[in-house]
Amino acid sequence: MISQLSWKIGGQQGEGLESTDRIFSTALNRLGYYLYGYRHFSSRIKGGHTNNKIRISKKPIRSISDDLDILVAFDQETIDLNAYELCDEGVIVADAKFSPKVPEGIKARLFAVPFTGIAEELGTSLMKNMVATGASAALLDLPIDVIKEVIKEEFGRKGATIVDKNIEAVSKGAEFIQEQTGGPLPELQIEPADGQRRLFMIGNDAIGLGALVAGCRFMPAYPITPASEVMEYLIKRLPKYNGTVIQTEDEIAAITMAIGANYGGVRSLTASAGPGLSLMMEGIGLAGMTETPVVIVDTQRGGPSTGLPTKQEQSDLNAVIYGTHGEIPKIVISPSSIEECFYDTVEAFNLAEIYQCPVIIVTDLQLSLGKQTAENLEFEKVEIDRGKIVSDIEPREDGKLFKRFEITEDGISPRAIPGTKNGIYHVTGVEHDEEGRPSEAADNRQKMMDKRLRKLENIQVTNPIKADAPHENPDLLIIGMGSTGGTIDEARTRLEKDGISTNHATVRLMHPFPTNELKPYIEKAKKVVVVENNATGQLASLIKLNVGYAEKIENHLKYDGNPFLPSDIHETCKELK
Amino acid sequence: MATFKEFRNKIKPNWCPGCGDFSVQAAIQRAAANTGLEPDDLAVVSGIGCSGRISGYINANGLHGIHGRSLPIAQGLKMANRELTVIAAGGDGDGLAIGTGHTVHAIRRNMNITYIIMDNQIYGLTKGQTSPRSAFGFKTKSTPEGSKEGALPPLELALSSGATFVAQSFSSNLKEMTNIIEEGIKHDGFSFINVFSPCVTFNKINTYDWFKENIVSVEDIENYDSSDRIMAMSKLMENDGMLTGVIYQDKTRTSYENHVAGFKEEALNKQDLDLSEEEFDQLVAEFR
Repeated sequence: MISQLSWKIGGQQGEGLESTDRIFSTALNRLGYYLYGYRHFSSRIKGGHTNNKIRISKKPIRSISDDLDILVAFDQETIDLNAYELCDEGVIVADAKFSPKVPEGIKARLFAVPFTGIAEELGTSLMKNMVATGASAALLDLPIDVIKEVIKEEFGRKGATIVDKNIEAVSKGAEFIQEQTGGPLPELQIEPADGQRRLFMIGNDAIGLGALVAGCRFMPAYPITPASEVMEYLIKRLPKYNGTVIQTEDEIAAITMAIGANYGGVRSLTASAGPGLSLMMEGIGLAGMTETPVVIVDTQRGGPSTGLPTKQEQSDLNAVIYGTHGEIPKIVISPSSIEECFYDTVEAFNLAEIYQCPVIIVTDLQLSLGKQTAENLEFEKVEIDRGKIVSDIEPREDGKLFKRFEITEDGISPRAIPGTKNGIYHVTGVEHDEEGRPSEAADNRQKMMDKRLRKLENIQVTNPIKADAPHENPDLLIIGMGSTGGTIDEARTRLEKDGISTNHATVRLMHPFPTNELKPYIEKAKKVVVVENNATGQLASLIKLNVGYAEKIENHLKYDGNPFLPSDIHETCKELK
Repeated sequence: MATFKEFRNKIKPNWCPGCGDFSVQAAIQRAAANTGLEPDDLAVVSGIGCSGRISGYINANGLHGIHGRSLPIAQGLKMANRELTVIAAGGDGDGLAIGTGHTVHAIRRNMNITYIIMDNQIYGLTKGQTSPRSAFGFKTKSTPEGSKEGALPPLELALSSGATFVAQSFSSNLKEMTNIIEEGIKHDGFSFINVFSPCVTFNKINTYDWFKENIVSVEDIENYDSSDRIMAMSKLMENDGMLTGVIYQDKTRTSYENHVAGFKEEALNKQDLDLSEEEFDQLVAEFR
C-alpha cells in the first residue's frame, strides 16, 4: 500500500469539474486524508482547458507532487496536455464518448468509462461528473457511503430525486470501473487514514475568517483574481455581526473607503492583487502619513500589468515594500500556510492599530486558492489589541485641538475616534503638527518624520522568521516565502538522502526586515539558496540589502506561472551545492 | 445647542481675499448650527486644492485626504459611524476630473452624506490651468489656445446618475447656500450641491458679476416642481445648467445604510467586536 497519491481532473472550463473535485475531496477529507489542491485555470468563464489536481496523503503534505497517479479526462486535450505527468503505473480514466487515446510513449493504462453515456441514461449529461466521481472513488477503493453522504449535503436542498439520481450516477461509475479493473488496483491502494475531520480550506477563506474574528466589520473591495474569495467569504458572514462589504467602483475607492472606516473606528480591510495594489499606492501613503490603521491583502499573481492573472507568482515584494512615494511606516507580513493566513490576519489588525499604520498581508495565488488541509484554529490564540485608543479626553483650552499626533517616546500617539467628546483634531496628508494642522516648518517636519518612522523601531511581530534548522553548519540554507515552504521541505528530504545537509528559513516579516533574526542562519550556512516565484530575485535582493553575504547567496527562480515542484528545487540545489 | 460660532476655529484660511470659498465655509458653519449639531457630531472630509483646505477651517472632525478621493473616505467614515453627520467637500477638479468616478458611484450608492463642490471653473492651487468645468475656448496656462474640450455639466451628470438631491448655489448668496446645505444635511440620502465659488485670482471670465448676470433661481421659474426629475433636467438644459436652488429632490428613496442587511441604527464603531467561543467554533466548523 502507498501512503500518498495524486489525482487530477481535467476538461473544459464550465464542465462541472469543480463539483467533482469538491465532492471527491470533501469525502477524502472526511476519511481523514491530508489534501493539497492546485487549480490550473484560465481567465475566462467557459471553455479553455482547466484542471484541478489533488494530492492525497495519510501524512501531512504541503506541496503539489512531481507526478500524477490518476488522470480523469473529459476530453482528449486533457490527456494530451497532462499525460506526461503520469507515472508508469498511473491510470487514465476518460469519457468513452470521445474515444480517448493514450499518447505515444506514455505507459499509463487507459480505462474508457461512458461518463456521458451513463449520465444520459439517468436523464441528463450534466451528471457525467458524478459518474467520474464514482469511478475515482472506486479506483481508490473508498467506502462509497462517504461519497453518498457528501452528495446528500451538496444536493439535499434540490430535493430527494436529484440526490438519488446523483448517487445512482456515482454508483454506476464505480461499478463500471470495477468491472474493467477486476477489483482494486494494488498500486493505487492508499493506506487508510485516521477518519479525523480536519479543516479543509483555501488561504483566502482563512484570511476572511481571521478578519471576522479580529473584529473587522467592514470591507470595501473590487473583484480581482485571486483575491475575490476574501470579500465573498465576508459578505456571507458579516451581516450577522452587523457589518458589511461594499463592492467599490475601483481599488482607489476600496483603499480610501477602508481608510475612512478605520479613521471612524471600525476595523476594515481591503484585498486585491497586483493591478489593484498599484492603484492603492497613494491611499496607502495617506494611511501612513495620517497614521490611520488599515489592512491590505495582496494576493500575488503573475505580473506585470494584467500579466498571468490566474497563475502563481511572487513578484509584488518590491511593490508592497517600496510602492508608495515618500517614506512611511509600513508593515508587510507574509503568511506561509493556511493557519498563518488566519493568525497573521488577526495579528495584522492588531499591528495596524498598535502602530497606527498600514499593514500589508502578502500571499500568493497558490496559498490564496490552493485548497488544503489545515490544523485546527484555536480560539485561545485570538486576542484583539486596539492600541492607544482613548475615550476620556480632558477639555482643552479654546482654539486648541486634541493632540492626535503628539510626539511621544515610542512615536505612537493617543488616538481618538471621531465623535469622542473633546476629541476633535485635524487629519491631513499634508505634513502637520501634533494637532494635525498643516505645517511646513523645517523642525516640525523633521520631528514628525522621526516620530512616524520611530514607531516601527521596536516592532514586535510573532515569528518574523520561521526556521527548521537541524544542522549547525548546513551545506545549504534554503530560504523561501509564501506557499513554497512545503515544496522546499520535500526537496530537502531528497537532498538529505543525497547527503546534502539543509536548513530552511521562511521569511514572514518582509518589512521592516528581520535582519537580526535571519542573520545567524545565513552566517552558519555554507551556501544559501533563495527560492522564489519571480524573475529578478526580489527576496534574495532584500536579504542581500539587509543582511549582506551576497557572495554566498544564490537564486532559484521560477516565473512560468506554475508553482515549484519538489524536483525543481531538488535538482537546482544539488547543482548549486 | 451650538451656535455657528462654535463651528469656527482660529485658523486663518490661506484663500485669496475675495475667494468664494469663504462663504461656503460660513454656510457650512451656519447650516451645522441650524440643524442642531455639535462640533463633535460633524465630520468634514475634503479633497485637494484650495477648496480642500476647508476641513481645517471648521471646528469639527476634519480629514483632508488625497486628490479626488474625499467621497470614498467620507463613505467609509459614514459606514463606521452613521451617527456622524458627514460633509464631503472639494473643488471641481477634485470631484469632476480626478474623482469623477467616485462622484458618480457615490451618487448611485446614495449614502446619507452631503457633498459640496466648490466650482470655480479653474485650477487655482496649481496656479491657473483648465478644469473640467472650463468652457470651450477658455484660455489658461494649460490651454493657451483656448480649451478644446467642452465643460462638464455637473447637475445633469448627477441627475442622470440617479441623484436623490441635486442643488446649486452661488457663494454671494449666503442665505440660499446655507438653506440648501441645511436641506442637504436633512435629506436622507446623498446630497449633491454645486456651488459657484469664483476664483478671483485666476478666473477673469467667470467672475462674481458674470454669475450674477447668468444665474436663474428655480424660485423664479413658474410652477417649478423639484420632485419632477424630467422638469429638472429640461430646465437645467434650457438654462445651460445655470439654475440655483434645490433643483431636484426624491424624498421617497431612503439612504443606502437603511438597505444594508444586518446594519443597525447604532453606529458600527460602538458595537462589540468579540465573538464567543461558540460562534468561533461554528465559523471554523464550516471548513470541516
